[in-house]
Amino acid sequence: MTSIRTLSQLSRDGLKRRLGSEGIRLRVPPFVVHIRSPIPVVAQGLYQLYGDHEWLDDDTGFVDFHVAVQPRRRWFRPLCVFEFDGFQPFTPLACGEAFAFLEWGLNWCVTGHCHTLLTIHSAVLEKNGRVLVMPAPPGSGKSTLCAALMLQGWRLLSDEMALLDPQSGHVVPAPRPVSLKNQSIDVVRRLAPDAVIGPVARDTLKGTVAHLRASDDSLARAGVSAPPAWVVFPRYQHAAPLNVEPRPKARALVELASNSFNHHVHGRTGFEALAQLVDRSQCFDLQYGHLPEALAWFDALEAGA
Amino acid sequence: MSLPSLDLLVNALQQPASLAGLSLSQWDLLVRQARQADLLARLGAGAQEAGSWAAIPAAPRMHLASALQLAARQHVELRHEVRAIERALRPTGVPLVLLKGAAYVQTGLRAAQGRMVSDVDILVPREQLAEVESALMMAGWVSTQRNAYDQLYYRTWMHELPPLRHMKRGSVLDVHHAILPPTARYKPDTGLLLRAARATGADERVFVLAPVDMVLHSAAHLFHEGELDLGLRGLLDLDALLRELGQEPGFWLELIHRAHQLDLERPLFHALRYTHWMVGTPHPDATVHALQASPRVRMPRLQQRVLDALYLRGLRPEHASTSDAWTPLARSLLYLRGHWLRMPPGLLAGHLLRKLGAVVRGERASHASTA
Repeated sequence: MTSIRTLSQLSRDGLKRRLGSEGIRLRVPPFVVHIRSPIPVVAQGLYQLYGDHEWLDDDTGFVDFHVAVQPRRRWFRPLCVFEFDGFQPFTPLACGEAFAFLEWGLNWCVTGHCHTLLTIHSAVLEKNGRVLVMPAPPGSGKSTLCAALMLQGWRLLSDEMALLDPQSGHVVPAPRPVSLKNQSIDVVRRLAPDAVIGPVARDTLKGTVAHLRASDDSLARAGVSAPPAWVVFPRYQHAAPLNVEPRPKARALVELASNSFNHHVHGRTGFEALAQLVDRSQCFDLQYGHLPEALAWFDALEAGA
Repeated sequence: MSLPSLDLLVNALQQPASLAGLSLSQWDLLVRQARQADLLARLGAGAQEAGSWAAIPAAPRMHLASALQLAARQHVELRHEVRAIERALRPTGVPLVLLKGAAYVQTGLRAAQGRMVSDVDILVPREQLAEVESALMMAGWVSTQRNAYDQLYYRTWMHELPPLRHMKRGSVLDVHHAILPPTARYKPDTGLLLRAARATGADERVFVLAPVDMVLHSAAHLFHEGELDLGLRGLLDLDALLRELGQEPGFWLELIHRAHQLDLERPLFHALRYTHWMVGTPHPDATVHALQASPRVRMPRLQQRVLDALYLRGLRPEHASTSDAWTPLARSLLYLRGHWLRMPPGLLAGHLLRKLGAVVRGERASHASTA
């Protein structure tokens, strides 16, 4: 077996130089992306968080998404734009947000161009071959839970979107850094002082944003899809006691559909795939105020089921 | 100044059997160019029909499959919209006449294969415009343009109402009362078009333009709107229409006759010239000769050469790999030409000043659809 080259084989300066010129081709399973950016914080984020991703050191292959984050100076404030093959789908952001912009831009690439799969806005993890889907709106504590579960040994499939294969009913992994916001950055730092957290972007539309590196195991098994077993709708409530209620399947289906980016594109097949997901899974509403309590509940769920 | 080759994309679209032999780096460029030109699904449909689908490597095939999935869904939604519009118009007695993509899909033409259709265009008599608008409003379609100048601009100078959006479904409907603005150099008679419209096989209450009119409208739209972002797609629409409808006996003679009658000889001439040059569309020499003889087509050689230089750039996909240093200038000049052809100079100057003011105030995004 030939060993793959990873991004960590490049020095920090080498990475920065390449990003600013011909760019870096990176396998970000299940895709290959080509990233260009002369902005230092982008190089820093990639260096810290994508070190174990495969670096494709030749330009003869196929790339799914050619993206760039380029500086734009408007009046006095340095801004940056996200480019998808020359096209700018978003308004510019402050330069300090360049790495977060790259992550958001990549999410957009996937949800906008992968209609062979059903995409659902949710965190997805796996343990012992069974997948946990956590769809929830921002502020529900979904990412904090997702990060904590990953740090406790669950395999990360995605912190942002479930890629559901409507044929097999399995979830396709797309492990990338976990997006953390505001207090959850400190929560995760306290939980795992060794965890690698990338550049911190302050004063974004979502507040302070940083990304947590995906676990080695998540990346190593990125090619392994798995069937869903649980759908949990989390809701963080400050200092609230743990409260878990089974959610009726019909209501779970409606909520999943409203969190899906593209089930309408699949028409009936899309509806049936979501229905099957709900049908196969135990569905719960989870209210939590203390992270350890919630984590213990997930472990019991996984062990007992 | 030589333009980069467009062969990869054009060959892939016109000879999809050749797709089996492409390398991964050729696929990389092809998918990028086709996406920019909104032709990914058409590429996929061609590959499926030619039997070369299975030979496409999995990674690029995913992008084609994704685009096909989206196009297929748009066609389903389009048919649903068409039924809803037909029901809404029924009380007015105005027949539903579809234009462009909606017409190709409803008729099942080859031009519809893998064609993205995000909105519906219809043609109604100007005298019944108010009646049609209120019937549509009763059924849930509301105007997207809230700005008073845009409303005035559309209603005074344009050949269509400001786009309507359905309140619940979000679908967009363009109601035309002519195929070119009333102030345009050329003045095709809407009455002639409507009288020749024919029912589609799928539904006898839904009409489309006669075959020659469909071609002429497609040509007028492409060469007079001045917005060529999807120029290559426009050429390929024309290519598919001409190849399929051109099989009918008498089609080409009727096409010239009708172009003369509708005052659309110039756009037809350009359509035949550039489809032939850029995507290899066949047409009888006699048709082109007959058009060239018309005083409304003839122009000084230098003027024709300038137009060629502009269109051969402007009609290409807006991608770095298909452009040269002159492309941005060519696009700007064609944009101005489109406006020049549709408005008298005084009116044009006033309109462009307003648009400039809007750009300076940073309102570009909200006005993009009227610019």
